[in-house]
Formats: sequence, structure tokens, C-alpha cells
Amino acid sequence: MEKKILQQFQTENGTTEIVIEESAEIITDSMFKKFILEVASITTFTFRFFKEVIKPPYEFSEVMKQSFLIGYKSLPLVAITGFIIGLVLTIQSRPTLAKFGSESLLPAMVAVSLIREIGPVITALIFAGKVGSGIGAELASMNVTEQIDAMQVSDTNPYKYLVVTRVLAATLMLPILVILADGFGLLGSLVGVNIKGDVSAYLFFSQIFQSLEFNDLIPAIFKTFFFGFFIGLIGSYKGYNSNKGTEGVGEAANSAVVLSSLMVFIIDMIAVQITSLLQG
Amino acid sequence: MQENKTDMEVKTKAKTVNEQKGDVVIEMQHLKKSFGKNHVLRDINLVINKGENLAILGQSGTGKSVLIKCIVGLVEIDDGKLLIFGQDISELKDKELIEIQKKIGFLFQSGALYDSMTVRENLEFPLRKQLNSISKEKLDSLVKESLHNVGLDKAIDKTPSELSGGMRKRLGLARTLILEPEIMLYDEPTTGLDPITSKEISNLILEVQRKYHTTSIIITHDIECTRLTADRIIVIKGGICAAEGTFDDLEKSADPWVRSFFE
Repeated sequence: MEKKILQQFQTENGTTEIVIEESAEIITDSMFKKFILEVASITTFTFRFFKEVIKPPYEFSEVMKQSFLIGYKSLPLVAITGFIIGLVLTIQSRPTLAKFGSESLLPAMVAVSLIREIGPVITALIFAGKVGSGIGAELASMNVTEQIDAMQVSDTNPYKYLVVTRVLAATLMLPILVILADGFGLLGSLVGVNIKGDVSAYLFFSQIFQSLEFNDLIPAIFKTFFFGFFIGLIGSYKGYNSNKGTEGVGEAANSAVVLSSLMVFIIDMIAVQITSLLQG
Repeated sequence: MQENKTDMEVKTKAKTVNEQKGDVVIEMQHLKKSFGKNHVLRDINLVINKGENLAILGQSGTGKSVLIKCIVGLVEIDDGKLLIFGQDISELKDKELIEIQKKIGFLFQSGALYDSMTVRENLEFPLRKQLNSISKEKLDSLVKESLHNVGLDKAIDKTPSELSGGMRKRLGLARTLILEPEIMLYDEPTTGLDPITSKEISNLILEVQRKYHTTSIIITHDIECTRLTADRIIVIKGGICAAEGTFDDLEKSADPWVRSFFE
């Protein structure tokens, strides 16, 4: 369509439009090439992960260290966010349920929405913002200051030491953080329920466990492994391949968050479709 | 650290090591390397003998750092031959290449210290693969000895951010030397340092050569460092070796462009 209009201009106005047509083609061509190259590069990077992860030597101590840094140090942020989401969701939902006389369903409704969808997705987005950007910036700055090259000449495989350990730690830690965020979310909900009522913790949690099924819990937790994997992988990819000096550090951190957040939604969409199909 | 020794004393000792030279350690034949349309190394032919200190001069962007990165395996060559210890590295298998690379030390321009680790951890890092075969006491003594060699005994528990530029360079050198390399590659070792610290680093390069009998390639823009450390100098221009000789030869070169480096 774009080419047709440009050709029409060319007939009417002479040579100037030929240049416009060429430059438009060059821009489209270069953007397309860049996109294809980026996709190929990420794919190669991902395949390399699977190759390196099974090949000894294994960096257990570094995986543990990264798990501590990625998991334990994200806990306060995730706990506070989970608590607030549970509280706000309860307060916001109460009037609507009250209109239909279904206030008693409040704990069950909050629990299902929190555990199935809101908990995993919000925690993953926070994780992408904190951990994904952190990995991207850290590896990019190591790249700029030649630390990655220094590892390579010190008889160490930098991909295995830096990338594999971080991706594994992110993959293992996010599900744990999501479970904890869900727990804190339910505590927030309990507080929210008791702001305008008097419900004991025993009754509150009894209602929740009666309404929840394994079908709510398992797929929700299962998808968080993929969220964690891609957040770690994208952060590492952006940092490891950053090559624009100090400017590249900010760019790596920024693009890691944007791309991994987008990936969280894409995976979530796919996971929901698969779950729906499996549950009939 | 070598304040009590004159430059000449140190250099004389280093020269004693050079007397043993004759064995070719590194040989480059028609070496070429390009980045896209930028032909950085066009045709490099070079022989470096055992125990020799070779300085490489040239304007910024002429491929000096690329040349030593080719030697250590950080950059792959496009064409030509690169022989290290008589072995063509393009014909070696991965394991054989790693064995060769283990014999090469690289001091990066920035020191390339691991910011998240302490000085001790930085030094222990290159030895991590050997941790099963080295006792904790031996490791500790190796770390302390390396730090002592570069005059950083008291910095063991500091982090790199607490060190000055000269200390960072010395720590980078200590980390490289802990693996006892046979070839040392220095990428602008005195850049960004004051003249006194630069001289200390230059003396340290000579001291390293004397103590560890290393063959060294020094990329530098620092003429004083070149004068102190180099047995032989090559000047790179347009991706080829434009001039070669001793400091005295090149200082009096008929080519005004070569001479301009020494003015």
C-alpha cells in the first residue's frame, strides 16, 4: 500500500519522490532486519542457556548467592505490595458484592482472584522492575568495565557464571515470592474485611479454603516459573549484550523491564488459554 | 613499592632475563581483523621472543588493543596466522586453546576488578577452579604473596571502590599474576595515572618480568613507560606495523610521524 502511493507521487512530481521511496524502503528494511537479528540473537542466547545449564562444572554456590540476592532481598517489597493489593481489592469489591447481598462471598472472591491472577502477575511485574532491571544494569556495567572479558581470560565461563546462575535464581525464586505475596495479600484482605465488619481469622480462612481448588493453585504457580525464567533471561540478555558504553547501562536496564513486563503478559495470556483448554 | 631501586637497576635485571631470549613465543603472519567495513588490522606480521618486552605504539583507534585481544582469544581473527608457543590457535580444539589461554595474563586498561567482591575475593576468583586441590592455607598465602608483590598488603579486605587508580591497576596486575602466566599483555597500564604512579607501574612491569620471566606486550601512549620497559617497539599505522626498533632507533627515526611519538 505504502509503495503504491509513493509510485503515484513519483509519476506526478519527478525525481524527488524516488528518494523518498528509497529511504522509506531502507528504513523499513533496516528495522525489519534489526528485528529479525534481535529475535535470532535472543533465540541463540536462550539455546545457549540450556546447553550451559546441563554442562559441568555447576556453580551451586553462586546460584545460592543469587537466590539470596534476588529472592530474600525482594521479599519486603513483595510482602508490602501483596498486603496492599489484598486490602485494596477487598475494600473496592465490598460495595459491589453488598449490592447483590453477597458480602459473605468476599473472602472467596478475593482469594480466587488474588491466587489465580493478580498475585502472580503483579508480583512478576514488580520482580521485573526490581530484579530484571538490576540484572540488566549489573551485567551491562560489568560489560562496560571489561569485567566480563576479565572473567573469560581468568579461565571462567562468564555466561555460565553470570547468566545461568541469575536465570536459575530468578526461575526458582519468583514462585516462592508469589506464594508469599499471595499469603500477605490474604492477610491484607482479612484486615480489609474487618474494617467494616467482624470476621474471625478462622472463619475467613475456612471460607477461602472451601472455595479454592488445586486447579486454582497449580496452574497459577506453574506459570510463575516461566515468568521468572524470562525475566532473568531477558535481563541477562540485555545486560550481557550491551555495547554502548555507560549509555548502554541505562538502556539495558530500561529495555529489560519493558521487554520482560511485556513477556509476563504474553505468557499469562498463553497460560490462561492452556488452563482453560485443559479444564474444559 | 620499588622506591629503593633505581630504574636502571631494575631494567638491568630484566635485561638479564632477555639474554635468554631466542625462542619465539608469539608469531603473527598476515593477521587481519575487520569490524564491518572498518579494517582495523590489515596485515600484521610480528615475532615476539621469550622474555622480551615489546611496546606497541600508535594513534587511538589503530587496533592496538584489538591486537592483544586477538592473542588472548577475546577477539577472533579474520585471516592470517597467529601462533602462540608454536601452535596455530585457529587449528586448536577448545580444550587445547584454554590450556594456551591459561598461560596468558591480561591487565585491562580499567583494571576490570569485580566490584561486588573484596580485594581478597578478586584474587581468589581466578583460582576457583583449583579450590579442590589447594588448601585454604595455601590459598591464603598465595593471595597474600600476590598482594605483597604489588605492595597492597593492607588492602586485602577493602573493596575496589575504596582503592585509588594506581592501586586498582596494581590489584589488577596481582590478580593476573596469581595464575603465573608466561605471557603478560598490558593494555595501557599507565593511562589516567599521575607521573609518579605511572613510574611505579612501569617499574612493576619490569619487576614482574624479572621475577616471573614473562614475555610482555605493552600497549601504551606513555613514552616514559615505553622508555623504561620496552626492549623493542613497534608502531602501528593504518593496520600495519609501520615502524620497528629500539627506543633509541625510533626516537631518531627519519620518519617525522614516527618521531612525533617521542617528542
